[in-house]
Amino acid sequence: MSPFDSASEIAAGVRSGDLKAVDVLEQHLARIDARETEIHAFNLVIADAARQQAAAVDAIVAAGGDPGPLAGVPVALKDNMCTRGVPTTCSSKILADWKPPYDGTVVSLLQRAGAVAIGKTNLDEFAMGSSTENSAFGPTRNPLDTDLVPGGSSGGSAAAVAAGFAPLSFGSDTGGSIRQPAALCGVVGVKPTYGRVSRYGLVAFASSLDQIGPFTHTVADAALALQVVCGHDPHDSTSIAEPLPDYSALLERGVEGLRVGRITDLPAGADPDVAERIEQAFDALAAAGATIVDVEVPAFTYGLTAYYIIAPAEASSNLARYDGVRYGLRVDAPDTHAMYSATRAAGFGDEVKRRILLGTYALSAGYYDAYYGKALRIRRLMADDFAKAYAQADVLLTPSSPSVAFPFGSKTADPFAMYLCDTYTIPANLTGEPGMSVPFGTGQNDLPVGVQVLAPALGEPVMLQVAAELERAATDLTAGGAS
Amino acid sequence: MTEARWTHDGYEMVVGLEVHVELATKTKLFSASPNRFGDEPNTNIDPVTLGLPGALPVLNKYAVELAMRIGLALNCTVQPCTFARKNYFYPDMPTSYQISQYEDPLNIDGWLDLPDGTRVGIERAHMEQDAGKSTHVGGGEGRVHGAEHSLIDLNRAGVPLVEIVSRPDIRSPEQAREYVNELRAILLAIGASDAKMEEGSMRVDANVSVRRPGAELGTRCEIKNVNSVRSVGRAIEYEAKRQILMLEAGEAIRQQTRHWDEGDGRTHTLRDKEDADDYRYFLEPDLVPVAPSADWIEEVRASLPVLPAARRARLALAAGLAADSEAVGSIVDRGQDDYAFSVQAAGGDIGRAVVHMKEAFAEMGAEPVLPAADLAGLTTLEIEGKLTATQAKTVLGELLEQGGGDAAAIAAAKGFEAMDTSELEAMVDDAIAAQPDAWEKFCAGEAKAMGALVGHIMKASRGQADGKLVTQILNARK
Repeated sequence: MSPFDSASEIAAGVRSGDLKAVDVLEQHLARIDARETEIHAFNLVIADAARQQAAAVDAIVAAGGDPGPLAGVPVALKDNMCTRGVPTTCSSKILADWKPPYDGTVVSLLQRAGAVAIGKTNLDEFAMGSSTENSAFGPTRNPLDTDLVPGGSSGGSAAAVAAGFAPLSFGSDTGGSIRQPAALCGVVGVKPTYGRVSRYGLVAFASSLDQIGPFTHTVADAALALQVVCGHDPHDSTSIAEPLPDYSALLERGVEGLRVGRITDLPAGADPDVAERIEQAFDALAAAGATIVDVEVPAFTYGLTAYYIIAPAEASSNLARYDGVRYGLRVDAPDTHAMYSATRAAGFGDEVKRRILLGTYALSAGYYDAYYGKALRIRRLMADDFAKAYAQADVLLTPSSPSVAFPFGSKTADPFAMYLCDTYTIPANLTGEPGMSVPFGTGQNDLPVGVQVLAPALGEPVMLQVAAELERAATDLTAGGAS
Repeated sequence: MTEARWTHDGYEMVVGLEVHVELATKTKLFSASPNRFGDEPNTNIDPVTLGLPGALPVLNKYAVELAMRIGLALNCTVQPCTFARKNYFYPDMPTSYQISQYEDPLNIDGWLDLPDGTRVGIERAHMEQDAGKSTHVGGGEGRVHGAEHSLIDLNRAGVPLVEIVSRPDIRSPEQAREYVNELRAILLAIGASDAKMEEGSMRVDANVSVRRPGAELGTRCEIKNVNSVRSVGRAIEYEAKRQILMLEAGEAIRQQTRHWDEGDGRTHTLRDKEDADDYRYFLEPDLVPVAPSADWIEEVRASLPVLPAARRARLALAAGLAADSEAVGSIVDRGQDDYAFSVQAAGGDIGRAVVHMKEAFAEMGAEPVLPAADLAGLTTLEIEGKLTATQAKTVLGELLEQGGGDAAAIAAAKGFEAMDTSELEAMVDDAIAAQPDAWEKFCAGEAKAMGALVGHIMKASRGQADGKLVTQILNARK
């Protein structure tokens, strides 16, 4: 599989003293030096701070201590995660020079677990997009083929792992922004249950949908990362207080006796190469002892529509704070309102403006019921439909993305074509349920295909269990030279 | 006494008040920064207050409790509630939205009884966050228009507010003032707010319309910037008259927000309804619904003190006065009613105590320096006829000066000796003899003539005669 060391291997090595965190770091920095100009995964590499942190980790080990479960693991952070004193730009001109005075909760948790933050990764501006082409600082390229997009919006984080710049990275997923780029870059990407990971310090796109999650080479690494970043946070009122399970416990158990759901009324649109791999995934799980069951999720089809009301509506409010008054870009003008307009006109890119307009319209007096109100009803229907499906199945399988990685510019002219990238991932954001993408073979041009595993709320253990089986089956697939 | 009805050219005013009060919490509604007035600008701030990217609000539970206290004190139903975002751009609103309660407020459907017995309905009392404070420099009178620059202080941003919305049940300027006074007394009594209009911890907006009595409600205007109880009365009276004048001139009232100018005593157009922001309310996704448990609600209800209206009624009953009498009102306002009852408990006369306290205790708080037993001693002397009211006042002055003492001893030292009735009867005889004209007029029913007779007796007794007793004797002789 991956030619790179996994986070689990690195952490185990550093904790035991077999590996030095500083050496691990230099190895990764060297890879960044070699390919970053071409890939542009990062908005910022913080090599010096990383070297200090790695040295501190080694010092703890040398003193007989334990730096934590992610000891010495280089980690790349999506540039919408607040890092104290380190620019957090959201790949937007409006925040180009902004340095947060505080660390987000996930950033603090990672540091406490011994991870070594190496940089801030590129994204579609304010996480709005599916190709990372909407970054104000230029696109990220897919490490597997630099003529292709890495997906988005967490394209930089996905590319950083795929290119071996870091064995672990974090992104945010509002409508598929972790799972889709994971699929396109051939790595594992997890969107946990809404509320499982604190959003404190994540720059909001759509607050009721946003969720932070990891990118890794392996399912085991994803479980390890979740163990560190999940948990209740008093700084986030929507954070879940339930105790944490052991996310690694079921990885080796197999899928014997599990019910895997096939959504019979899934919206069409997956390319044949992707669809074929998904069928093979069902076959592999059946072969491993799972029962495949047919389920219906009628509201699935309306997910995209509801999402493109709800997410822009929340975004229009969340992004209203970028007014040039307190921080970030300010373009001077004769009066306050003119200053707002000039600042926001210059500071936001087209896609961000488009969504602010959409959301403002959807919430406006006289249109609220027709748009926002209706979208909320679809959201409730969606939750009901999934609840029925999960009464019949332990997990559901779908494609993560309708297609493998696509060329730059192929969807930029038509926003709707780009929005369709998230057809299969959006419902889990609307319901708040977990979903992940696990690489499962390749499609056209030998590009990776991701299988999405969906589970009910707090169903991460069974989701990871199934993903681990698919990971083993995918290895056989490669070894067996199938298709 | 309140003027229940106000009419002008055959119109009545219909007024509802929206009162914002800052809650007396230690910290802000959604963050741990201090909620403190008067600090150095922009010192009580944090990522949430500043609306920094990534910051999230966390609800202050004590603010909810204080808001519940307000609701319960105003006879509201406390219900499960949600928060919403009210979106608008203004430089002192750091997130460009205010977190407020819109569809499901914490408190609904209550009432407040004015001292005159008028019941004013309370539609809702909901929680929200305050904005920062803008100071406009270089323009006229601190208004933003024409200002060279503006200074923003975010210390106030995020301070917890409760907005108390009355039903349009108020019909006169006097009632409006009474409503604000009574509300303020309740807020102070329950410890929910320091309710200082001059510091802005209590702010009043008035919705005013006029109509012919019994007619449909007229178009209303909202009056802002009403910064004192006195202005509340002035502003709504001006506004009602303005609207009547317009109607009489055949013009229609436009729904507007108007600004009260304390200087010229007028209201001025701030904006027309059509120009109002579309606030695009939607549920605040960063917060979860709050559903106070029945136990919590009952716990808060049980912790409420006796409210001013009940305290006034209790004191009035004990003192033999009307509940809306000035003496009762001012003593309860000062929180001295418990003291008055301890004078009674010490064997004193609460009626006389209240009369003395009204004036002499005006500058004191809830715990006057004079031991209740000493005031009790004084009132006993009065009741027993051993001191006249005037003498008692003198003795009280001495008691207050000394911080206490034996009233009888002071009276004796001053040479105050109450005359017995036979001495007084003789003095009345002298007065009638000295002023036959006055006596005749008095007998003929001219009450005023009594003054001359009483004056004569007071002079003769060098003020030591008990005026009340003298009056009684004169009336009996008539």
